[in-house]
Amino acid sequence: MTRQPLLEIENLRVGFKVYGGELHVLDGVDFVVNKGEKVGLVGETGCGKTTTMKAILRILPQPPGFIESGVIRFHGRDLMQVKDREMRHIRGQGISMIFQDPTAALNPVFTIGQQLEPVIKYASPENRRLPRKVIRQKAIQALRDVSLADPERLLKAYPVQLSGGMRQRVCIGMALATNPELLIADEPGTSLDVTIQDQVLRLLHQLVEERDSSVILITHTLGIVRQMTDRLYVMYAGNMVETAPTRRIFTNPLHPYTQGLMDAVPKLTGGGVAHGIPGRIPDYLHPPTGCRFHPRCPHAMDICRQKKPSFYTVEEAHQVACFLYDTSSGADSAPARKEALA
Amino acid sequence: MTQQTNLSFSGLNAQQIKQLERESRREHWGRAWYKFSRNSLSIVGAVTILIIVFLAIFAPYVTPYPDHATKPFTDFANASQPPSLEHLFGTDEIGRDIFSRTIFGFRFSLSMGVIVLSLVVPVGVLLGLIAGYYQGTRIDSIIMRTTDIFLSVPSLILALAIASVLEPNLSHSMIAISLMWWPWYTRLVYGQTTALRNEFFVSSAEVTGASTAHILFREILPNILSSIFTKMSLDMGWVIIIGASLSFVGLGVQPPKPGLGTMVASGAKYLPDQWWISLFPALAIVVIVLGFNLLGDGLRDLFAAEEV
Amino acid sequence: MTEDILTITDLKKHFVIGHNGLIHRTPITVKAVDGVSLSLRKGETFGLVGESGSGKSTVAYMTVGMYRPTSGTIRFRGEDLFDGSKERSKRHKKEIQIVFQDPGSSLNPRRSIKDILDLPLRIHQPQKNRLEEIVRLLSLVELPPEYMYKYPRQLSGGEKQIVAIARALATDPSIIVLDEPTSALDVSIQGKVINLLIRLQQEFELSFLFITHDLSLMRNVASRVAIMYLGKICEVADAAEFFENPLHPYTQMLLSSIPVLTEEEEALKPVKVESRGEIPSPVNVPPGCSFHSRCPYAEAICKQVDPEMKEIRPGHTVRCHLFASDRSQA
Repeated sequence: MTRQPLLEIENLRVGFKVYGGELHVLDGVDFVVNKGEKVGLVGETGCGKTTTMKAILRILPQPPGFIESGVIRFHGRDLMQVKDREMRHIRGQGISMIFQDPTAALNPVFTIGQQLEPVIKYASPENRRLPRKVIRQKAIQALRDVSLADPERLLKAYPVQLSGGMRQRVCIGMALATNPELLIADEPGTSLDVTIQDQVLRLLHQLVEERDSSVILITHTLGIVRQMTDRLYVMYAGNMVETAPTRRIFTNPLHPYTQGLMDAVPKLTGGGVAHGIPGRIPDYLHPPTGCRFHPRCPHAMDICRQKKPSFYTVEEAHQVACFLYDTSSGADSAPARKEALA
Repeated sequence: MTQQTNLSFSGLNAQQIKQLERESRREHWGRAWYKFSRNSLSIVGAVTILIIVFLAIFAPYVTPYPDHATKPFTDFANASQPPSLEHLFGTDEIGRDIFSRTIFGFRFSLSMGVIVLSLVVPVGVLLGLIAGYYQGTRIDSIIMRTTDIFLSVPSLILALAIASVLEPNLSHSMIAISLMWWPWYTRLVYGQTTALRNEFFVSSAEVTGASTAHILFREILPNILSSIFTKMSLDMGWVIIIGASLSFVGLGVQPPKPGLGTMVASGAKYLPDQWWISLFPALAIVVIVLGFNLLGDGLRDLFAAEEV
Repeated sequence: MTEDILTITDLKKHFVIGHNGLIHRTPITVKAVDGVSLSLRKGETFGLVGESGSGKSTVAYMTVGMYRPTSGTIRFRGEDLFDGSKERSKRHKKEIQIVFQDPGSSLNPRRSIKDILDLPLRIHQPQKNRLEEIVRLLSLVELPPEYMYKYPRQLSGGEKQIVAIARALATDPSIIVLDEPTSALDVSIQGKVINLLIRLQQEFELSFLFITHDLSLMRNVASRVAIMYLGKICEVADAAEFFENPLHPYTQMLLSSIPVLTEEEEALKPVKVESRGEIPSPVNVPPGCSFHSRCPYAEAICKQVDPEMKEIRPGHTVRCHLFASDRSQA
């Protein structure tokens, strides 16, 4: 069941120039999204999720940011070599984005129609030639798709006249109106109330399933990716530390960071709140040597301080960047691994 | 001494505490300098202002002919000489060295700016803090409507009126400028105070029972200082221009004292043949105003993005 | 049974947000809090849960005196906090402290940690050696004494919140109102902050009024839980009872909306009450039961009559017509 890769990122390194030197934020990110796949990207504040997405869309502010190395391929084409003009086209039709805060994503001084119609019109050269009426019809359909009542009137409304949940629906409708092949959703619904978030996410899930779009769902809420994705990447301090089919990772997390994260979420089953992961996310100015997680890791070994672990395939499609799972290095790590898994 | 022993259980002695304090201060200034210096124009501004201030303070020692600026002086033999090595900026219609007079002119311009701002800023800031903190009450409306009234009077005309009713001299024109200037500070501070009073750190101080003075001066004011300083730097330029304009029309620095505006005005009659008489004082105004504006931009960068 | 340390009775807060009409001006009011009664026992954690606009934070702010109630009373050990006088007494300011939601906004960016901790000490414990007290407070919350000379910008979100907790402790209070203290933090840090709070609660016999939207968190820390919806409490119960036997349709909707991690948790959710509808604007609260517009069980009576709070089992109270006495017999 190998699907064709749609987006591939290899060894992406991104830094930022600041007071005192350079922040080495992305430390060689590898990331693949296949056609029609729903991929979750989980990590805490400052782990580089958003930087990665900005690099894909080429909206990383440069300076202070700069790309040190890496390849980003969309449909096999290197996005970093693509001309600006073409990139706009890719952003319009190939890749869409939904932002965390629907209030900030919509311009308050234009009506929904004034914002939605150009998105459709400029999505492709063919659309540009369409008469206004057809574009309006498409806009109405886009709003109907996201279960918004009375779309004709909504087109004339201003964002302030809508509730947070409705605005997020409008944003989803806008992102999907051009039938993108890849949808990047950055913390959708995080700013909404639980019950409204649940509605919005169910809707989003249903829509992308219907269209068979590929999705990257960025979030720090583990429960959300569990419902919505096929595969999961866990990111820590600019590195992908684990990837596996979502179901597997929730039943059998392998990386000590993933384990800590899962433990830390308070459970409805009770039993108190785990202490979480000691320490804090590293200073990107002077990141730790070797594995960036080692200062917080309960199983840290000597090798973790010296070498950066690469991805070890533990089972089919389950990869983890941790020396505990390095079967090649021989005897010294094997006992530790057993201990960790016990 | 007692503090030292009491602190021992924390594993820190007085010396270590001092060391920590020093490190924290060094980090603070290092970061500030980095942000300021990223824009090379701010450095140009700061250096320009430093040089001008230095020249102004030590004017009697750095100028070749201090007497030409401080005492009544005429030397018709050397009148209206073009720039030369002897007279860098040339001489004016009665033979005075324009370079010396320009340097002394900085003194008047700077002292005018400093005096006006030191009158205006405390009053404006205090009123803005009070009105902003008591937003929505009667105190707010009284203060802010008063500023509206002052702002609705055309400022230069007010200054002209005051300066012409009273005897035209430097201190009267400074009073005039101050009268029309304070409301801008009240407005600036008012806007920021109304935003800051809703911050949780203000609520926290209120809930704990801090005094109003503490909240205004210790919690709110430090967060506004940055924009006040930035505005002050930009305003120095403005005050100097207005001062020069007033003396250009004869309401500011009185001859024979070398006000930059006065010098431009008196030289204007001899344009374009004896261009140096007004050009150099005019350039001096441009340089000082530009310097303060660049410095202000640098200060704005310095206080802007907190996170870098 | 331990004593009630804080009693809130029929508390209301109405905000006038504007006026209708030019000549006959009728005020537009938001009933942010509309008749809330609850009690906080000594040493317990009372979870007040609700979505945005439910009025939970307004209750918190009135408890610490940031707003005066429109009507109703808040009593601390029987003493009315707003007893006629304009200012709350200094004693009440000392006894009831608050930790705010947003660690970025709750510490003044221009003041060092030392200055921040010094303020409550200077007001309420002037006789003590304050430098020594500051060091003691930092060690209580497990921060090294060097942190005195740091500024909020140099701290992580979790550390800022820990400093805010130290500041609340500085007055030696008996009640701390926690207004979503961990909702802005990452999960890996949340545990540390919550466990610190629990340890401090045991050490100093603190009572917590814990305002949050996170039911999973309340399952793990609260001794009792109340749900608020549009200014009213719709269900209160002991935590165990609350999660095993949620009664109000809104509670059930909330519980089934939570994204969870495990199958065991999924099993604990009530029969799926799918979330639907929008939260009505608090300016325009529906008549009758305010939840009827979203309730899957709504009937004619729900649109007309606002149900009363009713105790179904000891300590378990619900505001819903489904549980009105005449119907439960039927």
